[in-house]
Amino acid sequence: MEKQSGGVVFEHVTKRYRDVVAVDDVSFAVEPATLVTLLGPSGCGKTTTLRMAAGLEAVTSGRVLIGGNDVTLRAANERDVSMVFQSYALFPHMTVLENVCYGPISMRVDKARARSLAHEKLGMLGLAGLEQRLPSELSGGQQQRVAVARSLVLEPAVLLFDEPLSNLDAKLRRRVREEIRELQQSLSLTVIYVTHDQEEALAVSDRVIVMDRGRIAQEGAPEDLYEAPRSRFLADFIGDANLVDGDLAVDAQGATFTAGGVAARVRADGVRPGPATLAVRPHRLRVVDAGRGALDGTCKRVSYLGSRVEYVVATPWGELLAFDGEARKRIPRDAAVGLSFEPDAVIVLPR
Amino acid sequence: MSVPPPAAVAAAGVSERLRADPGLALAVAALWLLLGLFVLYPLVMLLGRVFIDNGQFTLQGLAAVLTDRHQLQAFWNSLLLGGLVGLVGTVLGFAFAFTATRCNLPRWIVGLIDIAVLLPLVSPPFTTAIGYIFSFGPRGLITYGVLGIKGVTVYGMTSTLTAESLTYFPIAYLTLRPMLAAIDSNIEGMALSLGASRWRVFRTVTLPLLKPALANAFLLGFVESLADFGNPIVLAGNYEVLSTKIFFAVAGAQHDPGRAAALAMVLLALTLAAFWLQQRWLGRRSYVTVSGKGDGGIHANLPRPLWLGCFSFAALWIVFTLACYAIILTGGFVKDIGRGDLTPHLGHFASGFAVEWRDGAPAFVGSAWDSFFTTVEVAAVAAPLTAIVGLLSAYVITRHRFVGRRAFEFLTMVSFAIPGTVIGVSYIVAFNVAPLELTGGMAILVICFVFRNMPVGVRSGIAALAQIDRTLDEASSTLRASTVRTLSKVILPLLRPAIVATLVFSFTHAMTAVSAVIFLATAKYNLATVYIIGRVEAGEYPLAIAYSSVLIVFMLAVLLAVQKLVGESRLGRRAATELPTGL
Repeated sequence: MEKQSGGVVFEHVTKRYRDVVAVDDVSFAVEPATLVTLLGPSGCGKTTTLRMAAGLEAVTSGRVLIGGNDVTLRAANERDVSMVFQSYALFPHMTVLENVCYGPISMRVDKARARSLAHEKLGMLGLAGLEQRLPSELSGGQQQRVAVARSLVLEPAVLLFDEPLSNLDAKLRRRVREEIRELQQSLSLTVIYVTHDQEEALAVSDRVIVMDRGRIAQEGAPEDLYEAPRSRFLADFIGDANLVDGDLAVDAQGATFTAGGVAARVRADGVRPGPATLAVRPHRLRVVDAGRGALDGTCKRVSYLGSRVEYVVATPWGELLAFDGEARKRIPRDAAVGLSFEPDAVIVLPR
Repeated sequence: MSVPPPAAVAAAGVSERLRADPGLALAVAALWLLLGLFVLYPLVMLLGRVFIDNGQFTLQGLAAVLTDRHQLQAFWNSLLLGGLVGLVGTVLGFAFAFTATRCNLPRWIVGLIDIAVLLPLVSPPFTTAIGYIFSFGPRGLITYGVLGIKGVTVYGMTSTLTAESLTYFPIAYLTLRPMLAAIDSNIEGMALSLGASRWRVFRTVTLPLLKPALANAFLLGFVESLADFGNPIVLAGNYEVLSTKIFFAVAGAQHDPGRAAALAMVLLALTLAAFWLQQRWLGRRSYVTVSGKGDGGIHANLPRPLWLGCFSFAALWIVFTLACYAIILTGGFVKDIGRGDLTPHLGHFASGFAVEWRDGAPAFVGSAWDSFFTTVEVAAVAAPLTAIVGLLSAYVITRHRFVGRRAFEFLTMVSFAIPGTVIGVSYIVAFNVAPLELTGGMAILVICFVFRNMPVGVRSGIAALAQIDRTLDEASSTLRASTVRTLSKVILPLLRPAIVATLVFSFTHAMTAVSAVIFLATAKYNLATVYIIGRVEAGEYPLAIAYSSVLIVFMLAVLLAVQKLVGESRLGRRAATELPTGL
């Protein structure tokens, strides 16, 4: 079953339930052999979009193409797409081997060949020796791998993951997400991945599509989304950010941002004067002695997290969150401090 | 523009495009056809018979019945009897449930209670009636043999009431017991700690919480009594009720199917009214506290007098039930149980079940064998068909959406609410004439059972399917399996408990039912229950009772065999046969 991994294209796809629009005129393309993540808060439409790619939901309008073919009207069992479900959906009354052989046998592959394909994929995922177990006799991580093996054995053009890490404990998540990425890259699979965890999305993806209330808010490479979010929602959703509303003035030397009566110099490229929102990442704010930084304030809360210390500082710009990764000294509560930042280390968003 | 919550998205279910799946569309069409033909059509014909004359709507048929003094008497009789049975049955069921859950009894006594409760459920509906005659009749063991009273008459309201209560109370027990057990003992404990006496706790906390369950049990008893035919036909004598009146309107000397149809309508209306009341009362939220957390476990002790009262009441009734069944099981095999003559005598049994050896092969010459074999055959054919139709309907209802799904669901469940007598009459009205002349054959018997028992298959199918995560269907679909393959490889194996339960129930019911099929059995295709009633009418009580014992033993044997078969599969190599809920 040698096949080229196909790409996926959504053209103006809308999904409506009675008078509620779950997905609103969404268009995007997933290049072959890339991992694209649909990211967003609960209810943004990412799972619905994934299910439309799988053929488990019908589109209300628009087209879905897989590998160049229009599959919009095809049911799930007629598409060259496999899906790993959030709950794994392993058949509880079948052994691991029977679960993995289920797909090939549905496609009329003869039993012997189906079994050898299954063994191969199970070996690839480190599950050799567990073939005769029932799903109830496996750990969560093992169950998930069986689910992946079961989807992989059909060598689909597109592989879909629906929040695959949400049922795993925190320690396991990092390892498993790396394994999924590793698998995708070594097999050159086309993968659409759904998650609400932005850190996970940034870690595994070639491209990220952020969805909000049924629409695409922004899409791009992880770095683009983190460094250059184009809206308040995105700046806030991806990574932590301090958001300050104020006014931007541009002069010959550069740009100045003013809020709460305090002005500071910020990056001048591509900015326009007028009302603006400034987004500053906490790890870009340095806590310094009072009077030494762009802002002065009082330290309201201190949290020691081991790898860093988090400060909440009350300033004329509001309460700002600052991370100190070096943690050499800990500043006590109610101390007067200053906050400084590089003018380039901020994001300016129109308001 | 708002976005639906994830639950709504998931609940939209698997693909909405039925046309993409010919197998499924065919199944739905076939089920619609069957339901329309064997559930809707007879009811419509019945309505037509009563309300349409010469192509015009008329209330004449109904009026004729409601103004006739005799028919009206039957109506009031049914109401009174029903109300009393509801009352007595509920009290009995409650006493038993109370004794079983609150008296902290040793296990073997609770086991005895379970047996006393189970027996009426697996017996033909008139067994208690016959047992009653043998105990309290003119030649009854207790009245004649023990007390020496001669010439006592056993027919009438009281005996029917007793027999029906005995038949019904197991159901009341089974519905009340879990309710009683579910009342969080902490609530009662809290009331006690607040200083209330045990009586007060019972009166002000326990009883009010049980009100809906008690009302429900009462209504169920009322409906059961209305629908009961087996007991009144044997015991009621001159106390006419609607079900017997309907029967005599069809089978009696005054053959008047029009009158039967009108009476059936009245009976149906009463039953539906009771169900409507039940919906209204229970439509509100349940009063019983069923929290997810396990409670302390041991319930507070009852006030002593109540404890004693319940226990002795229950004990008395258990003795009565066991005595009744002992009499039933031996009466057919002894010389004359009425006189206390307990010498084994197989004469009665032999007249019905004689077997001779001719040419090296057994010849079943006894008069009862015909009906027995027909009954087993009909039950054995009807049970799997019931399971197929019921479970397929449940699958289609829960897993797919299609036009008219709610109406479809309603149709599958509607025969639950209709008394057997009404169904029997409607089948006669509908299938005695073209275009579908089915009466007189065996097919109609099978069909009657299948669609009468279908709701059980649908209900247990829906419950079982609710346990099976929808994503299993979807996973199967993404693994390129057709709907048929999904159904047979994934759903069906996981439905096994529901399948077994449906098979057992429909087989049992087909073996012991009488109120619908008494209209449909013929000399050629006779059923055991109909034959027995014939013997009772002819006064051949010993044979009737012998045959009843045969039926009861046969039923118990089948149940035990099924228990063994299903139980054994659990010991197979797959140790983990418990369904994990949602993985």
